[in-house]
Amino acid sequence: MTTPTTPGIRKAVIVGGNRIPFARTGGAYAHSSNQDMLTAALDGLVARFGLAGEQIGEVAAGAVLKHSRDFNLTREAVLGSALAATTPAYDLQQACATGMEAVIGLSNKIKLGQIDSAIAGGVDSASDAPISVSEGLRAILLDLNRAKTTGQKLKTLSRIRPKDLSPDAPSTGEPRTGLSMGEHQALTTAQWKISREAQDELALASHKNLAAAYDRNFFDDLLTPFRGLSRDSNLRADSSMEKLAKLKPVFGKSLGDAATMTAGNSTPLTDGASTVLLASEAWAAARELPILADVVDGEAGAVDFVHGKDGLLMAPAFAVPRLLARNGLTLADFDYFEIHEAFAGTVLSTLAAWEDEEFGITRLGLDGAFGSIDRSKLNVNGSSLAAGHPFAATGGRLIATLAKMLHERGQVDGRPARGLISVCAAGGQGVVAILEAR
Amino acid sequence: MTPQSTTSHNKSSNNSASSNRAAGGREKADKYTEFVSAGIGRDLAKRLGLPQPAILRRYSPHAPLVEGPIVVLGHGAGADAVAKVLLDWHQDVRRHATPKEKLGAIVVVLDDLANPGGLSEPMLAIGAALRDLNKNARVVSISREVSVADAPEVAAARNAVDGIVRSLAKELRAGATANGIVLQNGIPAGSPSAMAALRFFLSGRSAFVDGQFLTAASEGSRQAPHWDKPLEGNVAVVTGAARGIGAAIARTLARDGATVVAVDIPAAGDHLAAVANEIHGTSLQLDITDPEAGSRILEHAMSRFGRLDIVVHNAGITRDKLLANMDAARWDSVVAVNLEAQLRMNKALLANESFASNGRIISVSSTSGIAGNRGQSNYAASKAGIIGMVRSTAPLMAASGGTVNAVAPGFIETDMTAKIPFATREVARRLNSLQQGGKPRDVAETIAFFAQPQAAGVTANILRVCGQNLVGQ
Repeated sequence: MTTPTTPGIRKAVIVGGNRIPFARTGGAYAHSSNQDMLTAALDGLVARFGLAGEQIGEVAAGAVLKHSRDFNLTREAVLGSALAATTPAYDLQQACATGMEAVIGLSNKIKLGQIDSAIAGGVDSASDAPISVSEGLRAILLDLNRAKTTGQKLKTLSRIRPKDLSPDAPSTGEPRTGLSMGEHQALTTAQWKISREAQDELALASHKNLAAAYDRNFFDDLLTPFRGLSRDSNLRADSSMEKLAKLKPVFGKSLGDAATMTAGNSTPLTDGASTVLLASEAWAAARELPILADVVDGEAGAVDFVHGKDGLLMAPAFAVPRLLARNGLTLADFDYFEIHEAFAGTVLSTLAAWEDEEFGITRLGLDGAFGSIDRSKLNVNGSSLAAGHPFAATGGRLIATLAKMLHERGQVDGRPARGLISVCAAGGQGVVAILEAR
Repeated sequence: MTPQSTTSHNKSSNNSASSNRAAGGREKADKYTEFVSAGIGRDLAKRLGLPQPAILRRYSPHAPLVEGPIVVLGHGAGADAVAKVLLDWHQDVRRHATPKEKLGAIVVVLDDLANPGGLSEPMLAIGAALRDLNKNARVVSISREVSVADAPEVAAARNAVDGIVRSLAKELRAGATANGIVLQNGIPAGSPSAMAALRFFLSGRSAFVDGQFLTAASEGSRQAPHWDKPLEGNVAVVTGAARGIGAAIARTLARDGATVVAVDIPAAGDHLAAVANEIHGTSLQLDITDPEAGSRILEHAMSRFGRLDIVVHNAGITRDKLLANMDAARWDSVVAVNLEAQLRMNKALLANESFASNGRIISVSSTSGIAGNRGQSNYAASKAGIIGMVRSTAPLMAASGGTVNAVAPGFIETDMTAKIPFATREVARRLNSLQQGGKPRDVAETIAFFAQPQAAGVTANILRVCGQNLVGQ
């Protein structure tokens, strides 16, 4: 009689990534569907690593704004791609952290030996967003479907009122508060007393860093053009503090003069897709593929933004300390920080919380402040304020970018270069992860 | 005539058409050629004396080498050796023509030519057999290189072959072509490199090559040929592979068994990915004018595949302007992309030991670089520069067994030439002995030939793929 043998934990590595340039909503990808964009991102990845016709262990991706007909979005994209049709795929969704969760979940499967290779991804189109009929009309239409006689049908139809005919467009509003994400962040930004100038500086650095990365061809092996776009269309290489200072606040207007959040220091709605190729070391070695970084660990967190005192996008402020404690690390042990710029205020509020002694003691249960980071290590190749933020695609962008940066950096003080990624998400959630250079 | 990339989007249509071609099926000729090839169109063209371009026989791996028996003319040991090779290839070989029997090819072996009088008998024999040639037949001469060391009557006789082949190419009809193989001194007629050239000229690979010569500089590889997959196990890099001729080169090398690294500028990455995936290759987005381009290409090929055997310098741009109106941006960009980038990459390639031993470099030149073209002084400079580069790089590579050659396409039907106004295009495509434009794959087939192991003795050649365009040699 044989007994099943469970393989031990092994490493999951990042081979590389591919994304399409991100486009401001209503722009270059206005008529592209999530499936079009995800397929294009997959095909670029397949071409880069010579995987045409290959069967990958599993592909996981998702979209935040998703049509109900796209219930099998990722599998459909795989079928339309150059990958073997025998490659399984599943959809997942964790708001803006979708891409992060896809990477962590698939890495875990690789670590456990369930699969040898995987592609994690994410896609979002705010241009091609689903629009649904109103709740009233939906109830009537479903009743109509159940009606048997003509009389019943006419009676059901007669219930339609003009107000039922206006469609429901998706919003980024939180269902439990009715506030948009920007309005939520405006409250947090004010709570942490983040200045307008500090936010504009972060936004400017994002544009300058991203433009510089393009200029030195950093994205040549991270990006494949799509629909005539070969750079992120939101990028403003010529942005300046003067130009940013001229913009009027768009969020937190009820705060009056204390309103600081503008279109310049907030991320616009964006369309795009990203993918990351993950593998076991053996799978990558057998194909002589590069290994950029290890996926070390990941952590999800959530805050009670409805009743508690934490802002909607502050979950990473709690998840990072837990993740680092589990791995025996402090902020000083990292060479790069990729903190997703949903809003400049989000990044700065998180950093402020970590530097705040009271927050450290009362909220994190530490002896003092969690710590501060060297700002020269933060988002060094730009982030969402410049690139844009197609919700589910941001995780893949961050993972692939950081993996390449770490690989280029190599060793630091006799240890592999190390990076931290933090992504906040709707619903008061966040997902964070640690990568190490190979 | 070989854009590295352009901006229009016709990916899907491009791909489906190309995959059909890769499968080797008969492809569509231009509309006029289709019209005059059958029915009313054929009768009308005949009556009005209009050009009647043929639908050319193009290569597919399992098609016969030629359509019909091959007559080998000549009485020396060279002719016997060539006939034996053709028999080894399972061809139907005759040593003289039988009147009224349709022929697939005539091979005239003149390696022992001593004086002009020696031409009379074989040429009249060819003349008598011309009416029996099948459609898309081949006439191939094998003769010796003319050198200043030759006695005057020997040199006169050898050089006469040049005039004969070029005239015969203009006389032949119905898709038939005439080309020649020139043996350097000491190279036997039946040597592997000469026979690889003969096989190329006989096959559909040379459909749009007419009135041209290939020189065999050394005996070449004795390695057993694998004619259906000659590039099996080789790794090839093709620059400008996202579209047009470059994409056709990538597909053709892959069909012949090579693992292809498709290179193009990052902005053409989406088309590039489609080509790479179609041929199960890899894409490498880089600008060839980047000083690191050569080392990045080597790094990619060596780290992924552990070797690099073939580099095709196809990427190129045009910035046409009369010299009187030329500006520095137009001049400099064309020379930088089409010529200087190749020079720089070749330096890096030759410095790599693994590539230098047996490596193949094939550049895409142009008939504009041979004959000149009004409004293309910058482009012609770059394409003529390539010819100089190839000739002086050949000795550098010969020491380690590598070769370097160039193709010079004439009028090729691409997205770019499709933009030429109708009347100009219609005239341009008829101004050659085959009275039609070539296909991107015609250029690709010639490049694939230069890359073959069997062509190891074929170096420093500039082969025109132009249907014997009326301009230039």
